[in-house]
Amino acid sequence: MKHTVDLTVNGEACSETVEARTLLVHLLRDQLGLTGTHVGCVVGECGACSVLVDGKLVKSCLMLAVQADGRDVTTIEGLSGGAALHPVQEAFVQRFALQCGFCTPGFVMAAHALLCANPDPTEAEIRQVLSSNLCMCTGYVQIVEAVKEAAARLRSCT
Amino acid sequence: MENFSYSRPATLRDATAQLGKEHGRVAIIAGGTDLLGEMKDELAAPARLVPVRHLREMQGVRTVGAGLRIGAATPLVDVVENRAVQEQAPLLAMAAVKVGTPAIRNMGTIGGNICQRPRCWYYRNNYPCFKHGGSACFSALGENDFHAILEGGPSFIVHPSDTAPALVALGASARIAGPGGRERIVPLDAFFVTPRQDVRRENVLQPDEILVELQVPNAPAGSRATYVKEMVRETWNFALCSVAAMVTLSNGVVSDVRIVMGGVAPVPYRALKAEAAIRGQRLTETTAAAAGAAAVEGARPLAKNGYKVPLTQATVKRALLSLA
Ligand SMILES: Cc1cc2nc3c(=O)[nH]c(=O)nc-3n(C[C@H](O)[C@H](O)[C@H](O)COP(=O)(O)OP(=O)(O)OC[C@H]3O[C@@H](n4cnc5c(N)ncnc54)[C@H](O)[C@@H]3O)c2cc1C
Ligand code: SF4
Ligand code: FES
Ligand code: FES
Repeated sequence: MKHTVDLTVNGEACSETVEARTLLVHLLRDQLGLTGTHVGCVVGECGACSVLVDGKLVKSCLMLAVQADGRDVTTIEGLSGGAALHPVQEAFVQRFALQCGFCTPGFVMAAHALLCANPDPTEAEIRQVLSSNLCMCTGYVQIVEAVKEAAARLRSCT
Repeated sequence: MENFSYSRPATLRDATAQLGKEHGRVAIIAGGTDLLGEMKDELAAPARLVPVRHLREMQGVRTVGAGLRIGAATPLVDVVENRAVQEQAPLLAMAAVKVGTPAIRNMGTIGGNICQRPRCWYYRNNYPCFKHGGSACFSALGENDFHAILEGGPSFIVHPSDTAPALVALGASARIAGPGGRERIVPLDAFFVTPRQDVRRENVLQPDEILVELQVPNAPAGSRATYVKEMVRETWNFALCSVAAMVTLSNGVVSDVRIVMGGVAPVPYRALKAEAAIRGQRLTETTAAAAGAAAVEGARPLAKNGYKVPLTQATVKRALLSLA
């Protein structure tokens, strides 16, 4: 049986037809073409698929599309305004917080979720939130630095 | 993942009406963080999912009399951040914040946390063991690094939940709804079942029942509590062993104590002998060590999990000393 889900994605209302078993990440990537959200493990461990649902960080591979009915989803594409990068993205570039980049959208979303709730996090708080995500390249140090830098940038522009 | 039917029940009564009498045919989905993993690995292949996260009757934290009522579909993050939980049952907030990572706590619910299925590697890889209705336990003679040292056999799983030991220590009960508005209340220490009682399952829930709410009495006035979780990494892992400890001191002497351990037995394990050892004592290196030793009395480690005996002993000791 098919289901209709009505949700808001990056500020735009959309209505999509899915199977009950369709994962949110597949709706985003395959039906909406938002391929910035990556698929790594598909079992909730790596965080490459991280998005915000109603402002909260979730793993879109551990959520059915039907569970997102009526909810507000933000993906990595929703962060930047057109060509301009979001300050969190800029900080990742500045601090060399990516190598292959596979994990990066997930880390950026996790960092963004943190900074929305807590504009001035301690290093421990940053590490705590980033524990939702795995990176096989960077060794995490630059990622933590990037989040600190992003926090500073965001504080100075508000 | 096989397809399945899915429809949102409008009320709790509608939800129980959808469940039926057969284990496995219909599954309750709350946050889905455990269930979807099981379905993707084909450990579970329900023909229908019944979502409960939206049900009003199962949402949120309320103070009622001298305790809390926590809807089973309340996300863990809301349990952790709730003022009433922090003030009236801080042990629960301390345990809930140790579950997985922030994203898991945003999605996962407290009811799903205590009803989650075991993490045994053979079980998760679909070996035809007792848990799957087979006639052997592969871990008993195989990879058993993370298995039970207490109450094991015929299955040697450990109960994976972080909130369960805290809830048992607090003396919580489960409110359970069945079809047609039927209800029962089960104290949590009778909610979990050992493999000897039922090797296929970890709790008393019948296929047509839903865990609706947790009833959590306030922690005793003047009590102190801690939840200590030992993992292979600092975060994002299931407990090798965990200790939920709550003590009340009167004139420096332990007058009341609860010690419940996770990660060491197929159920949250109340360490009654450790409680007896420390009751009436001052909290010192010597008495806490004696309680640690008593906590693992009767432990029967397997070939590869002997390390859990001294680890558990030390964790109990450390937990108690932190409350001195
Ligand atoms: C990467 C990762 C790390 C994790 N780390 C931890 C950890 O450190 N500690 C820990 O304790 N857990 C951990 N978990 C396990 C799990 O995700 C959490 O325990 C979570 O709280 C489960 O809640 P849920 O609402 O997502 O459950 P679901 O997946 O929705 O349900 C789990 C099970 O309980 C049943 N169920 C759910 N709600 C009810 C109800 N109200 N009545 C009856 N049955 C019900 C479901 O049918 C299913 O069998 C982890 C999971 C992942 C993926
Ligand atoms: S410990 Fe339990 S789940 Fe694991 S192999 Fe043995 S019977 Fe199966
Ligand atoms: S793809 Fe979702 S957590 Fe790895
Ligand atoms: S940059 Fe390659 S996995 Fe993180």
